[in-house]
Amino acid sequence: MKVKSPLEVYNYLPRTNCGECGFDTCMSFAAHIIDRSVTPLDCKPLVEEAKKDPKAKKKLEELLELTAPEIAEVVIGVGDNAVKIGGEEVLHRHELTFFNPTGFFYDVWDTMDDKALEERCERVVSYKKFYVGNFLTLDGFAVRCTSGDPKRYREVVKKVASYGKPMILVALDPECMKAALEEVADQRPLMYAATEGNWKEFLKMALEYKVPVTLRAKDLDVLKSMAVTFKQAGVKDIVLDPVTEPLGEGLKGTFERVIQLRRTAIAGQDKDVAYPIMITPIAAWLIEGDEVTKSYWEAVIASMFIVKYGDVMIFRSLDQHVVMPTITLRFNIYTDPRTPVQVEPGLRAINDPGPDDPVFITTNFALTYYTVESDLTSGGIKGWLLVLNTEGLGVEVSVAGGQFTASKVKELIEETKIEEKVNHRYLVIPGLAARLQGAIEDETGWKVLVGPMDSGRIKGWLEKNWPPKE
Amino acid sequence: MKKFTLEEFLELLKKYNVEEIEGVKIEGDLEIELEGSSVDLSAIAPLYSMLSEFGNFLYHANMALGYLQRLSAALGIPTPFAAQPQLAPAAPAAPEAAPAVEELKLPTELVKAKFEPYKEEYPSKIEEVVLGATKADGGSRDYTITLGGERSLAFYTFDAPQPHLPAIAIDVFDRKPMLAKAVRVHYEDVLDNPAEWARKCVKKFGADLVTLHLISTDPLLDDTPASEAVKVLEDVLQAVKCPIIVGGSGNKEKDPEVLEKAAEVAEGERIMLASATLDMDWERIANAAKKYGHVVLSWTQMDINNQKTLNRYLLKRVGMPRDSIVMDPTTAALGYGLDYAFTNMERIRISGLKGDTDLNFPMSSGTTNAWGAREAWMIDSPIEEDTPWGPRELRGPIWEIITGLTLSLAGVDLFMMMHPVAVAVLKEVFNTLGGNVKESVADPGEWIFMEV
Ligand code: SF4
Repeated sequence: MKVKSPLEVYNYLPRTNCGECGFDTCMSFAAHIIDRSVTPLDCKPLVEEAKKDPKAKKKLEELLELTAPEIAEVVIGVGDNAVKIGGEEVLHRHELTFFNPTGFFYDVWDTMDDKALEERCERVVSYKKFYVGNFLTLDGFAVRCTSGDPKRYREVVKKVASYGKPMILVALDPECMKAALEEVADQRPLMYAATEGNWKEFLKMALEYKVPVTLRAKDLDVLKSMAVTFKQAGVKDIVLDPVTEPLGEGLKGTFERVIQLRRTAIAGQDKDVAYPIMITPIAAWLIEGDEVTKSYWEAVIASMFIVKYGDVMIFRSLDQHVVMPTITLRFNIYTDPRTPVQVEPGLRAINDPGPDDPVFITTNFALTYYTVESDLTSGGIKGWLLVLNTEGLGVEVSVAGGQFTASKVKELIEETKIEEKVNHRYLVIPGLAARLQGAIEDETGWKVLVGPMDSGRIKGWLEKNWPPKE
Repeated sequence: MKKFTLEEFLELLKKYNVEEIEGVKIEGDLEIELEGSSVDLSAIAPLYSMLSEFGNFLYHANMALGYLQRLSAALGIPTPFAAQPQLAPAAPAAPEAAPAVEELKLPTELVKAKFEPYKEEYPSKIEEVVLGATKADGGSRDYTITLGGERSLAFYTFDAPQPHLPAIAIDVFDRKPMLAKAVRVHYEDVLDNPAEWARKCVKKFGADLVTLHLISTDPLLDDTPASEAVKVLEDVLQAVKCPIIVGGSGNKEKDPEVLEKAAEVAEGERIMLASATLDMDWERIANAAKKYGHVVLSWTQMDINNQKTLNRYLLKRVGMPRDSIVMDPTTAALGYGLDYAFTNMERIRISGLKGDTDLNFPMSSGTTNAWGAREAWMIDSPIEEDTPWGPRELRGPIWEIITGLTLSLAGVDLFMMMHPVAVAVLKEVFNTLGGNVKESVADPGEWIFMEV
C-alpha cells in the first residue's frame, strides 16, 4: 500500500477513540490497517459519515486508495469457495508477509469421456492433506476446450460447475468462451486467455459478463499494452500470464519475466503491471520423457514460482508426489512470518485417558504439536500429552537452543499437576530429545523413556514398551 | 441515519465535473429516500455498476440520469433535470443495461505501452570461497569448486552475471547411518566402505564434492579416536579427486579434536571443516582451518544474529581470512520449518548484498534433512482422512528436490544431499536458471489444446 506509517492513516480516521472497531484508539486501528489485519471499512463511524457527507465519502475513497494493496486483488469464484489471488505488498516475505496463497487449479478438458471427467473432478474435490491442525485442499478446475465445439464446451463447463469449485475457463476461441460464459458467468470464472489475436472479443466479454480475465503474452510490452487497454476500457479484474515456458532458456526467460513483472510493479511502482501473475506448470507435460519426469518437472516449475510470485497456477498432475510438495510449500511460503506458529502450552488429555496411561511430552511448535496430537488421536492411543513452551521451536532446535530443558519440564509437570492424574512416574520424551533423558530424570525424579524419532511410530513403540517392564 | 434524497444525489451529479464523479464510488450501502419510503439502492444497482465499470463518463452519467428519470417518473416524483437540459445532451437512449454494453465503443487498437523493468543494484558482493586445491596450489585435487561471488539475488542474471552456480556435495558416512529406504537402496553396496562410497558419489551420481561425516567418533556410538577416524579421510582423499568436506559427529566435546586432526592430515587440500558452532570450541576448529589453509563452515541455528556473532568471532578473534568462511544457517525440511530456513537465509543474503560484511559469505545447506519429513519416507499417511500418499519412492526424492530448490532461491551456494535423482534434478534446475540449457519447447501454448 502507498502509506507506510499509521500516522498517515490516522489523519483520515475520526480520531474519537470510540472503540467500536474493537481497538482502544484510532491510532491502534491505524496500525492494524498498515499490517492489513483490518481495512478502513471496519471503522463504522467512518463509513457512516461517508454515507451522509460527500466530502467524507471522498476522503474515505482516498484512504481506501492509499491503503489498497500494491498488487491488485482478484477474486475467482463466488461464495465460500471463492479464491482470492494477488493483493501482495512486498517482494520478500520477511518484509511483511505474503497474503493470498497461490491458487491451485487442476485441468479437465471437454473431450474427456464423462466417466473420466467425473473421476478427475471427484479427485480434486475430495483431496485432503492434514497439516498443522487443518486439512489442506485444492482450489478449483481449469476447464480446457479441446473440442473446439462451443456446445460441447458449454456442456462440460456446466457439469464441472456443479462441483461448486471456482473455475478457470481455458479457451482461446471467443465462440467457445462465450458459450461457457453464457452458462457460468454468474460463477465468476477466470477467463483464459486474451491474446494479441483475440483480445477484442475477450475485452467485450470481460465487460459484458463482468468476469476476471487473463492476458497472455510473452512480450512484456504487449502484455502491458493489453493491461492498459483493458483497464482503460473499464476492466479491473486482470491476471497477467507472461507465458510459462517449461524448459531450458525458455524457463529461464519465464523466471526473468515473472520477477521483472512483480519487481517493477512493487519496487518500480508501475501500476499498469500490478496484477496477479498466472503460471502454468501444466506446460511441463510438453517436454520429452516419461510420466515421472514430466510430473517431477511440473512440481519443480510450480515450486519455483510458489516461492517467486506466482499467484495462480494450472496443474496437470494429481499425483501425490506433485500435489503434496507443492501444497506444503505453498503453505510454508504464505505462512505469516510475523506470528510464530505456536499452540498453548499445558496438558492435553488424548482419547479420554486414565491414571495408568502413558505421559508424553512435546513442544508447542504448532507443526510438532499437531503432528503428535493427530498421531495419538488417530492411532486410538490413550494418553496425556504435556506441551512444553519452547517459544514455538521444534524438538531438535529447542533441545539444541536451550528452550527444551529439564528444569522447564519440571515446571510443566508441577503446573499441570499431572502427578495427581496418573499413578505412575514414567515420561515418554521424543527420540530427538534423547540427550535430555538423564537430566530430566535427575531434575524431576520421573523415569524417562526415550520414544521414537517420529511420532508416527508411537503406536508400534508402545506395543513394545508400554506398560514399562520394571 | 440521514439518507441521500434523490434531489441531493442529482445535485451531486450536477456539481461534480467528469473526473470527480468518477472518483465518487457509490456503494450498495447508499440509500435514496423517496418521499418517506426508502428504496434500497440495490434495486438500481445497474446504475452503480455502470458508473464504476465504464470509463466513458458523460455517456454513463447521461444514462444514469435517464435511468433515474424513468425511476422517478415511475414513482411519480418530479426531477430537477428537466430544467437542466445541458446535463443530458444527445446521448444514446439506453433502455437496458445489457444492450448498452453492446453499443459501448470498444478500442480497436491496443494502447501502446512500453514495459520498463525496474533495475536493482546492490553495493556489495558475496565473498568467493574456493574449495579444494590442485597440484599447482599444493594439493592433489583434479579441480576446485568456487562458491559465492554473487552481486544479485540467486539466478537474477538480468541484474548481474552469476559467476558460479551452486555446487552439490553428496554425503558419505564412516559408519552405517540411519537412512530412509529410498536412499539406502542406492548405497547398499558401499555402506561399509567410505572410499568406495565416495567414488560412487562422484563417478555414478555426479557429485561436485563429497562430504565425509565422521560420525563413528561420537562417544555414544563407536567413540573412534580422532587419529583413527581420520584414516578414512585419507582413504577418501585417495579414492576421489574432488574437493572434500569433513564433518564430525556433532558431539560438542569431541568434534574440535576430530576436525583438528582432519585439518592436519588434509593439509594443502583446502577441505572444508564442518562445522564450527557457538556452543562448541569454535576457536580451536577455526584455528585448525586457518593453520592448515582450509575453509570453515560457520553453523548456527536459524538465527541471523547468532550467525553474525559467530562470523565475527571467526573473523576478529581467530583472524580467518574472508575467503575461507562458508555459513550454514540451518536447513529445515519442506513442511517442517522450511519457511523459517528460507526466510532466514534470504535475509542473510540480502544483508550481505547490501553491505553487511559479517554476512556476505556463501551459504551451505544440509538438504539431506529433507528426509526427516515423514512425507519423504513413511509408507503412507498416519492420518486416516488423508488422500493416500502414493508411492514413497517418488515422494522422497521430490521432497529433497523442493527443499533444495526453495533454498537455492534464497541464495544457497552449496547443497549437501543424498538421493541421486534429487542431485540430478537439482543440477538440471541450476543449469537451467544459470542459462546452460539451450533446448526449449517450440510452442509453450500447446497445453491449452492438447488432448490428454
Ligand atoms: S471505530 Fe473508528 S473512530 Fe472508533 S476507535 Fe476505531 S478507528 Fe477510531
